[in-house]
Amino acid sequence: MSNQQKHWEKTRGLLFMTLAIWFVFSIGIFLFGAEMNEVTGPFGYPWTYWFTCQGSLGIFVILIFWFANRQEKIDEEFGFSEREDE
Amino acid sequence: MKGNFIDNLPKVYGIYTGGFIGFIIIMAIAEQMGMSAKAIGIAFVAFTVFIYALIGWLSRTAQADAYYVAGRQVPTVFNGMATAADWMSGASFVAMAGGIYFKGYGYMALLVGWTGGYVLVASLLAPYLRKFGCYTVPDFIGTRYGGNLARFSAVVVLTVASFTYVTAQINATGTIASVALDIPFQYAVYIGLISILLCSMLGGMRGVTWTQVAQYIVLIIAYLLPVFWISNKMGAGFFPHFMLADEVARIGELEQQFGFIANSKENLAMVPKGLAGITKAHSAVNATPWAFISLALAMMMGTASLPHVMMRYFTTPSVKAARKSVGWSLFFIFLLYSSAPMLATLSKLSLIDPSLPTGIIGKSIADVQAIDWYQNWNAANLMFVSDFNGNGTLELNEFFMGGKAVVLATPEIAGLPYVISGLVAAGGMAAAMSTADGLILAIANAISHDVYYKIIDPKAETAKRLVVARVLLLVIGFAGATIAAMEIQGILGSVIWAFDFAMSGLFFPLVLGVWWKRANRQGAIAGMLGGLAAGTWYLVWVRTGGSGFLGITQLTFGIFGSAVSLVAMVVVSLMTQEPDKATQKMVDDVRVPSGRTVIGKQ
Repeated sequence: MSNQQKHWEKTRGLLFMTLAIWFVFSIGIFLFGAEMNEVTGPFGYPWTYWFTCQGSLGIFVILIFWFANRQEKIDEEFGFSEREDE
Repeated sequence: MKGNFIDNLPKVYGIYTGGFIGFIIIMAIAEQMGMSAKAIGIAFVAFTVFIYALIGWLSRTAQADAYYVAGRQVPTVFNGMATAADWMSGASFVAMAGGIYFKGYGYMALLVGWTGGYVLVASLLAPYLRKFGCYTVPDFIGTRYGGNLARFSAVVVLTVASFTYVTAQINATGTIASVALDIPFQYAVYIGLISILLCSMLGGMRGVTWTQVAQYIVLIIAYLLPVFWISNKMGAGFFPHFMLADEVARIGELEQQFGFIANSKENLAMVPKGLAGITKAHSAVNATPWAFISLALAMMMGTASLPHVMMRYFTTPSVKAARKSVGWSLFFIFLLYSSAPMLATLSKLSLIDPSLPTGIIGKSIADVQAIDWYQNWNAANLMFVSDFNGNGTLELNEFFMGGKAVVLATPEIAGLPYVISGLVAAGGMAAAMSTADGLILAIANAISHDVYYKIIDPKAETAKRLVVARVLLLVIGFAGATIAAMEIQGILGSVIWAFDFAMSGLFFPLVLGVWWKRANRQGAIAGMLGGLAAGTWYLVWVRTGGSGFLGITQLTFGIFGSAVSLVAMVVVSLMTQEPDKATQKMVDDVRVPSGRTVIGKQ
């Protein structure tokens, strides 16, 4: 397998992991919205309510930065990171 | 100042922010000295619009690279701010807190959808399209799949989606200008339009970028300052986001105590159009899982398909910067979106809690009708009370409000000085203008670059291309304003439709263009036109009394459209020849961040 193919394999792996986390916090947990809202969560808000107004939103922000860093590492590993002068 | 403009950006915008805060303080002092509320409103809107116009003029350019992609040198964080302003429309600013106030959980699917979509943008599309080096989204489709029909189909989808969206934004600038400057809406729409065009006409993407950063700063100050101030004034907590659990619980108690009493048809007929009562629980789960998830999903896929957002990531210096920039965009959006539910909570509690001095439920109707702010907002057609049961006191089901009033009226209800209301007007104007600019530019650029330059006259010189681009900007702006002046539908409805149109036609052709090498021209064309046609048919069908299926409503018709798009694209691609070697090589190149852009200099 060529260097480029290996790079793409890893990139795709990272994509699936990112999308899995995204799926949990954008869709998965809201399948149980009613049940989850019965429980008190962060700062005393009900869990579901907290996820819709802060939790999921904040997790998405962190997820994107985490994804960007991981992808940069993968690019470096295979020598595909951009030079600064480009 | 030493060095070039880009190096000095933090300093330039630091001075600008300081200047704006200084302006707020001057206005606050002027108010104490007797400046009228109306004069303050005019000063806020006129001053900020003047600054944007000045930035627009300073950013004028005659180079294609600067006009279309701001010279590809916008730093990560600043591009994040510009995207956030581009993204957060007049609807986000003025109507979102109101939507949460009235509809609660079911509406908050929009918060999750409009943020979660950025994960898709960052991981599936933005870095790859940046590497591609295109000027517009149809530019990517046209080059990846080849052929004028594919390019043209993308322009059609882009125009349908963005134009639906832009009329709502011009409408919003008109509404704010008409209130702040006290002129009729039909004229205010054109004043709004001229302000919008001043930012984009001369500098194209470069002008829009630097005005959007300035607009973000105004809108975020205008949104956060009142939320924090009101929360502190009510004693609800100095950092509302972490401290309103008791208030949320208290609203739940009051809802139990008052109960949601349904009004008769005859009584509701007396309520002015556009106003609504509190009929849904504030923090309880009041929608089925599928209703919530389908709306969130539609908004997420729509986010990843809207060209005016995608094209902001063409302006970063590198692929790496494009990825990070998506993170910053969402961070800046998060600051406002996470505050909207807090504002809704504070607003609702201050009105319905009888133990608070501002609470009106349980007071006598005559007392409420005598309150100054009630009279003002009643005159503005945003508030209404009526003694349906004839007992003389105001009940929860006898109080009605417009969605916009949550943002516009809460500062006044909580007893904040008028300078805050002026600031909020300037913030709403900034939000609507920045989004309108992004949208009009997306449409005009797609038509000037993809239809005129790439299809009609590939030999056109740069100067001529930019003249065409600017003429189109004018034409599209005026067309949008003319439709906005007719006031066909509400602000938020048309915004949501835009997402559904975009995802119906563009989501899968864009994503598969990067992630599926086998996708070819015939498949992409089938996907774009089939998806758009299916989505549009579904919308028309449901609007004309159709029952719909699978719980897909007129707000989520994109789910049906994009499903048709995916099937059409895969089936047609597999039935026809696979793309040639050169195209497959192009896809390989897109997947590698380093090296030259795929398209090269245009």
